[in-house]
Amino acid sequence: MVPYIAVAAVLFSLGLFGVLTRRNIIGILMSLELMFNAVNINLVAFNKFVWPGELTGQIFSLFIIVVAAAEAVVGLAIVLLLYRNWQDISNDNINVMKW
Amino acid sequence: MDMFQIVLDELSARPVFWFLSIIMLVSGFMVVTLKNIFHSAIYLILCLFSVAGIFILLEAEFLAAAQVLIYVGAVAILMIFAIMLSTNVSGKKTMTTQNGLPVAIISAVFALGTIALVIMTKLNIVMRGSDGFISKGLWIGEKGQLPTENIMLIGKYLMTEYMLPFEVISVLLLASMIGAIALARNERS
Repeated sequence: MVPYIAVAAVLFSLGLFGVLTRRNIIGILMSLELMFNAVNINLVAFNKFVWPGELTGQIFSLFIIVVAAAEAVVGLAIVLLLYRNWQDISNDNINVMKW
Repeated sequence: MDMFQIVLDELSARPVFWFLSIIMLVSGFMVVTLKNIFHSAIYLILCLFSVAGIFILLEAEFLAAAQVLIYVGAVAILMIFAIMLSTNVSGKKTMTTQNGLPVAIISAVFALGTIALVIMTKLNIVMRGSDGFISKGLWIGEKGQLPTENIMLIGKYLMTEYMLPFEVISVLLLASMIGAIALARNERS
């Protein structure tokens, strides 16, 4: 079990690194997907090794996949809208909501 | 118990897991570091595929299929569409930022260290066994079987015990679909 969690932790940290360093908004969204996947691996591994008779973790990670899909859809729609209005989707140029 | 030894034992016992993890982590690294955003989308697909393989190793067959269908088939393709519609695929605009690099490295390493600390110190946790009794034991070493009819049971759970979350998540999907259409609609036409 520990290798699964260790790998998921590394994947999560990679995603965090990507969220913080990516300039392109689509790159940030892709790094977010990495973090979601790390969480899903954790849930399924805990389900298998800590509570083997049940499927709660798998169902929960199914819900997480759906939420991630919804997030990606709305996020990419916002990206397209930004591109239509700014012709640019790097996050250091989009600061109209910065006070 | 020495955590490093545990990791080594399990790695030597599972070459498939080792193989999939290497692919997953290397492609994940490529996703966050490559300058060309289109290449990182391709590596994202590879990474998601290997996560599906890890799900199969964890006896979650339905989840692996859903992973391939939803992530690889829908989300990653959507990403590629958005990249092609919004950026010139190569060039200066696709580069990662440089000025935040040390902060990002520190944050990622700190997060990794925190998780590793939790794994190592909580290796002896109080947990509930499969028989419902609370016992003190390792995270690893708990032998047990998942239900074999994975897909059938997930369908049954979704229709009985998790009916309400299932309905709520459908409403969420509908809302996000309508929201995306409303956002991306071209109002001039």
